[in-house]
Amino acid sequence: MIGWLSASASETQITHGQRIWLYLLAVVVMLLLVAPTLIVIPMSFSDSQYLEFPPENWSLRWYRFYFSSNEWMLATRTSFAAAFLTMIVATPIGVMAAYGLHASKLPYMRLAFVMLITPMMVPVVLVAIGAFYAYVKLKILYTMTGLVLAHSILAIPLVLIVTGAALKSYDMNQENAARSLGASRFRAFMTITLPQIRFAVISSALLSFLASFDEVVIAMFISGGDNPTLTRNMFNALRDQIDPTIASISTLMILLTTLLMALAQIFGRGSSNR
Amino acid sequence: MAANGMNATGLLRDEWMERMRLFGLSSPALLLVLAILVIPVGWLFYVSFVGADGTFSMENYERMIRRKSYARIFRTTFEVSLLTTGLCIIIGYPLAYFISQLPARLANLCMITVLLPFWTSLLVRTYAWLVLLQKRGLVNDWAITLGLWEEPLKIVHNMTGTLIGMVHIMLPFLILPVYGAMKAIDRDYLKAAANLGAGPTRAFWTVFFPLSMPGLIAGSLMVFVLCLGFFVTPAVLGGGKVILVSMKIVSNIELFVNWGAASALGVVLLALTVITLWIASRFLRLEQMTGGGR
Repeated sequence: MIGWLSASASETQITHGQRIWLYLLAVVVMLLLVAPTLIVIPMSFSDSQYLEFPPENWSLRWYRFYFSSNEWMLATRTSFAAAFLTMIVATPIGVMAAYGLHASKLPYMRLAFVMLITPMMVPVVLVAIGAFYAYVKLKILYTMTGLVLAHSILAIPLVLIVTGAALKSYDMNQENAARSLGASRFRAFMTITLPQIRFAVISSALLSFLASFDEVVIAMFISGGDNPTLTRNMFNALRDQIDPTIASISTLMILLTTLLMALAQIFGRGSSNR
Repeated sequence: MAANGMNATGLLRDEWMERMRLFGLSSPALLLVLAILVIPVGWLFYVSFVGADGTFSMENYERMIRRKSYARIFRTTFEVSLLTTGLCIIIGYPLAYFISQLPARLANLCMITVLLPFWTSLLVRTYAWLVLLQKRGLVNDWAITLGLWEEPLKIVHNMTGTLIGMVHIMLPFLILPVYGAMKAIDRDYLKAAANLGAGPTRAFWTVFFPLSMPGLIAGSLMVFVLCLGFFVTPAVLGGGKVILVSMKIVSNIELFVNWGAASALGVVLLALTVITLWIASRFLRLEQMTGGGR
């Protein structure tokens, strides 16, 4: 232990002992980053109205309530449908755009790229009220179509960035070789390029799903009626009081996100190690 | 010769056509962004210059300058954004530094603690803090047990709660680019500095810190921009006492159905965002910022 404390810790010759404060600080910050979210999980199994930790009596009360509530179930179905459809819409459109921008090398390419990632930059409140206004005019307010279109423009930048990065490290000459042997560009893309960037594409799809599933502000404005999203209902419930049902929903959402992101990471890694 | 020249122009034209066709592949995405984002926001821009009587007027902007309540909202927004950014730097930079020095396997493990909250729904994290910070919540309970304070403190539904929640949510946006920049630093520079007689502190501040600056600037500006337009966390944890620009925009529409006022605020918010991003783009490439860390 003493040896370790006085051993050199980095290229600057500082010893571990001299910067033990850094290690303590880092551990505390890492705990603070993870603990608050994770603590909701045991709390959701409490049978008390007041969420306590550790729960005095364990029960599935709030889960039962969630699964038997028509309102929450409708919202859950809407969220899953919207997320799935967003994935289906945004992934191909985004991959097409990423490929087009990558292969065309036109001077306007940068401009188009910037325009496609603006949904990430513009404050989401503006996107929300803009879409709200447009949807009233187009009469698609509170529809699944409207929700999916709005969520797609949030997902496209993610697809563009992830797939674009994979295309940058992909050697286009392979595709050119296929074409010089007589394959059409489409066929060359489908049989040569796509299989090699597939991990990035899958990763993009999962990110699109989550982008829609977790989105709150836009959904607050343009989802409702027959199509309220889970996040919209959760947000409204949070404004009023601390509803323990939200703890059980949160736990389920943490599970879903962790699963999807772990998958996205695995696929993402696959694409960089190829 | 002549045939050759014609051939060359033909090839050139073909190549141009091919490039245009490829560029066309991005048109569905561009059209979608145009229809759902650009045109509606353009319309908001227009509405912000229309007065109550339906003619061109600056009244929506004049109101912002005239009314004290608007000045307060802008001040609060800047205060919250600056404080959150500052706290994120103080807390996030040392953690990024710590992780960047670990061996790869351990570093990846530690990065999970940064990525896990990054992936978790922001609503879930906001809810978690609401539960923890409430009057009978865990933080008050433990603090009283430990003797840190005697009565349950009011630490949520106010500025304190808002800042705690915002810093927690923004930290990964700062840590990821800073960590990326730190990993890219060639450690031989530090060895050289030590070799030339610089102590650890001096080597850090004159060699390592300046080299990590691009990441720090990118992360800080990213956090600042996100804070400027933030809605969910302050709306829930601020309890109506912390009113930011984005919340005023929402209430202008939900409660007062005043599109003019909401649009003008939106235009100002957008302008502030664009200016910050423009400053950011002077320091680094856009792709670096958006792709940062993923």
